[in-house]
Amino acid sequence: MSALTIRNVSKRFGPVQVLHDIDLDIDSGAFLILVGPSGCRKSTLLSIIAGLESATEGSIEIGGKPMNGVPAKDRNIAMVFQSYALYPSMTVRQNMTFGMECRGVPKREQGAILDRVARLLQIEALLDRKPSQLSGGQRQRVAMGRALVRDPLLFLFDEPLSNLDAKLRLEMRMEIKRLHQRLGSTIVYVTHDQIEAMTLATRIAVMHRGVVQQFADPDTVYNRPANLFVARFMGAPPMNTVPARLDRDGDAMVATIGVGEAAVRLPVPDLPAAWAGRAVVLGLRPECIAEPTRHFSDMEGTTITLDAPVEVIEPTGAETIVLLRLGGEQVLGRVAPDLRLTPGTHARFAIDTRKICLFDPQTEARIA
Amino acid sequence: MSESRLARGLIYGTLLVFSLFYLLPLVVVMLNAVRSTADINHNSVIAWPAAVVWGNFAETWSRYCIAEHCTGIRPYLINSLLMVIPATIISTLLGALNGYSLALWRFRGDGIIFFVMTLGVFLPQQMNLVPWAIVLRDLGLFNTISGLVLIHVVQGMSFTTLFCRNYYVSIPPDLLKAARIDGAGFFRIFWRIVLPLSPPILVVTAIWQFTGIWNEFLFGVTFSAGQNQPITAALIALAVHVSEAPQYGLQSAAVLMAAAPTLLVYLFGGRYFVRGLTSGAVK
Repeated sequence: MSALTIRNVSKRFGPVQVLHDIDLDIDSGAFLILVGPSGCRKSTLLSIIAGLESATEGSIEIGGKPMNGVPAKDRNIAMVFQSYALYPSMTVRQNMTFGMECRGVPKREQGAILDRVARLLQIEALLDRKPSQLSGGQRQRVAMGRALVRDPLLFLFDEPLSNLDAKLRLEMRMEIKRLHQRLGSTIVYVTHDQIEAMTLATRIAVMHRGVVQQFADPDTVYNRPANLFVARFMGAPPMNTVPARLDRDGDAMVATIGVGEAAVRLPVPDLPAAWAGRAVVLGLRPECIAEPTRHFSDMEGTTITLDAPVEVIEPTGAETIVLLRLGGEQVLGRVAPDLRLTPGTHARFAIDTRKICLFDPQTEARIA
Repeated sequence: MSESRLARGLIYGTLLVFSLFYLLPLVVVMLNAVRSTADINHNSVIAWPAAVVWGNFAETWSRYCIAEHCTGIRPYLINSLLMVIPATIISTLLGALNGYSLALWRFRGDGIIFFVMTLGVFLPQQMNLVPWAIVLRDLGLFNTISGLVLIHVVQGMSFTTLFCRNYYVSIPPDLLKAARIDGAGFFRIFWRIVLPLSPPILVVTAIWQFTGIWNEFLFGVTFSAGQNQPITAALIALAVHVSEAPQYGLQSAAVLMAAAPTLLVYLFGGRYFVRGLTSGAVK
């Protein structure tokens, strides 16, 4: 069943168009993440879904029912805010029951639901405290609790983890994922953190300047980015994108990076013959450049080993990020941590050519 | 070291001289309030009491004659209380409600409405005398306490709205969004979320209104007469007595009692006043 359908939604503030023809559709139980750099208007889109703002054009359906003109309280949604937005003068208990009180849920039922959610989030001991007496992590839990006491068609999360410190953020991320698996609820989640998007989502909508750049599952967004923006936004470190030239070599298509002696030739996916001789942008994930002993796949001819100058190394403990030159272009690779590379020297690298992406330099769209 | 001590001494000295200068009238009035008429007439208006007498207060309270009514200042003080209490409460609550809608609910023309409302802050009171005379006459509220309450509620609304609105703009908009999603409407959000956050500004506004309305004089004199006057208007008659038949002891006691409520309000609410005025800015 379709839980949320967004059709041709546009939003204008006066003469400025901030959202352009948004089309999204998710099934019940999906975890949709709206991800993009700050200012990409992902939060505006969330506000429109919530009914806190109205779209200039287009329609929103929640659970199959059209929502145009329906106020936020009647949309059967629950929302968690970045600032948590806990009511400062109320206790945790009152914060969590306020919504039920507004909707006229009987007192006894309220108590039962409160107990269940408090136990689920392990905040039973906090129920009589005021928000000012809670730590950041506890406030975050209460904010989630306030959403969970409802059994809505849609949970909306607006950057819920961005005010937590790094360690707590990882914990809560895991916890949100567990909650989603356990409750099977439908979630729309806004974040600027592409790792959060990759780890949590079943569907990702990458946004930039009010336009959805790609709407797909995390795997596709990561491995087959729709355009250069998505390729460079997703992944840490992001995908290497370098200029290359396409040529035919017998039956196969070959991309050449750089010129002269330093030039590197890589086999690329098949393309119409018209592309031969044209300039493209070649995309290669850092993890596709590794130490020469790395075994990427059993397929013949998909791994190429070559010599390249090493410029900088960044050991992270689990792996080492290497800045090297490929055909004269700077690229990042990820090699095993026990490999001791010396900056300023040459080293051998293995390149996994199966995951090479090619982009049209004019339109920036992926062509292969 | 000694130089800074000298500078410090100079500062304290100057401040002391100025405070004495400002406090002198109060001291004179307080001293005269506990002196007998004979003592004042025999010595001087400015002198230590020969003997402390408390009878002035009792006499002014219930027997002193103001404009041929020998009832003391009691009825006028009661008039003032009957006027100031409802006027303060109503104008403060209306200001809070206005400020809440202007600060937290965006609507078409909200900026213009706020501008027009706060224009009232800068409007001289005497400009409103004639319009108010017409309104009171038409409503049949001339020479009534209710009429004065109405005037003070409306006149005070510009200030109370300005105070509350400027306080409420610091409430995070996310709180309201959360409440709207929770299903709360305009008034429920006001009562359950915004009002519980308001004590600092409500105390400030109430103190401001209380002292302003209590000390107000122009409307009291213009729109009430005789036994219906608030205390500030009745004190005029007292001033007439001072020039005709001075009874400084009684008159000083009357002035002190008339000023007592505002002094008490400042004494007990003053620290809230200072705190409330800055709390919005500092957060």
